[in-house]
Amino acid sequence: MNGVHDMGGMQGFGPVVAEADEPVFHAPWEGRVHALTGAGFRFGGWNIDAWRHALERVPPADYLRISYYERWLEGFTELLVGARLVSREELARRRAGGVARPLAAVTEAPPTRGETPFAVGQQVRAKTLNPGGHTRLPRYVRGRLGKITAQHRDQVFADANASGHGAHRQPVYQVRFEARELWGEAADPNSAVYLDLWEAYLEPA
Amino acid sequence: MPDDHHHHHDHAGDAQTAPSDIALRVKALESLLVEKGLVDPAALDAIVETYEHKVGPRIGARVVARAWIDPGFKARLIADGDSAVAEMGIDGVEGRQLVVVENTPLVHNLVVCTLCSCYPWAVLGLPPVWYKSAPYRSRAVIDPRGVLAEFGLTLARDIEIRVWDSTAEVRYLVLPQRPAGTEALDEAALANLVSRDSMIGVALAGAPKRAAA
Repeated sequence: MNGVHDMGGMQGFGPVVAEADEPVFHAPWEGRVHALTGAGFRFGGWNIDAWRHALERVPPADYLRISYYERWLEGFTELLVGARLVSREELARRRAGGVARPLAAVTEAPPTRGETPFAVGQQVRAKTLNPGGHTRLPRYVRGRLGKITAQHRDQVFADANASGHGAHRQPVYQVRFEARELWGEAADPNSAVYLDLWEAYLEPA
Repeated sequence: MPDDHHHHHDHAGDAQTAPSDIALRVKALESLLVEKGLVDPAALDAIVETYEHKVGPRIGARVVARAWIDPGFKARLIADGDSAVAEMGIDGVEGRQLVVVENTPLVHNLVVCTLCSCYPWAVLGLPPVWYKSAPYRSRAVIDPRGVLAEFGLTLARDIEIRVWDSTAEVRYLVLPQRPAGTEALDEAALANLVSRDSMIGVALAGAPKRAAA
């Protein structure tokens, strides 16, 4: 989905602010959210792609307003409710869980096949795709030319796995995109961005 | 718009006086899941303990120091990160691949996850707030030199910048350059020169610490 989580290339968020001597968790509740979420993969049975998609479905204004672990609490609560392990009524009665109501999940099956395998050194184009569900193809590379620099081990296809449409394991390629191809002629000529892209995201160019 | 950074401070401050709303909500959720028999509080304690005290960037620093003194290890590390760190007794994460990218006099590497917060937990622990923040996720790919400058790192124009956007189940660790004048140091002393930030790529190894190491 073209959500606000897909931040690559956006402008206007201001400078990067680093915190000195930052603790792992800033309050005990953050550690509990982290641990509950980790435990949820076992007792809830959902996968990492469904988890990421739950975070992406936090409504955009909330996504930007709340902190990282508050977002986790929202996503975790959504998965608990979706798996019928808890009900919204139980949560409300106990004043437990998240407060934002995540957007509905898209359940239509994504295209899962690449047309062809690729070779290291080959030029490829990232497809122009705008799926309503989970995808790991960021907007800023769609339609852009890149070059395959390595082939990784086959991986579960995130787009399909997130919505329960199966693993569809396939090759994942490391693809190099020149900064000028992504951002135009004014971009740094001596800079490139590498992404790891599933075969289904790519076409020959 | 408040950034994550200030937000966290607010909550940490609240926690010292009265439990914040969110702390109460999390506590209520945990107790509900405990009553349902879904989670064991002791198991949660163990997870928190692991991330607070057992994993963290000192693991990655040991890997980097070993690569600096052992060319054979370095070659194996770059060829297959998972197998190489396993030699040091470091467990990877099932289904994830560790790729180590080497800085050279002509190439500087920078790691980001524009879509969420993917980060090499096995060797660096959990990411800092800035790594997960909108400013970093948005700008690292479109203005890497500007981001590096904010971290106090200005690189010559003839040094190529490679930005690694962690879009699949591959995690990236930067192998920084060994600082000059460190020939006499042993592996443990070298590891002390390797900051977390240098393994993300926003600092050089052995560089003076800025706000966050």
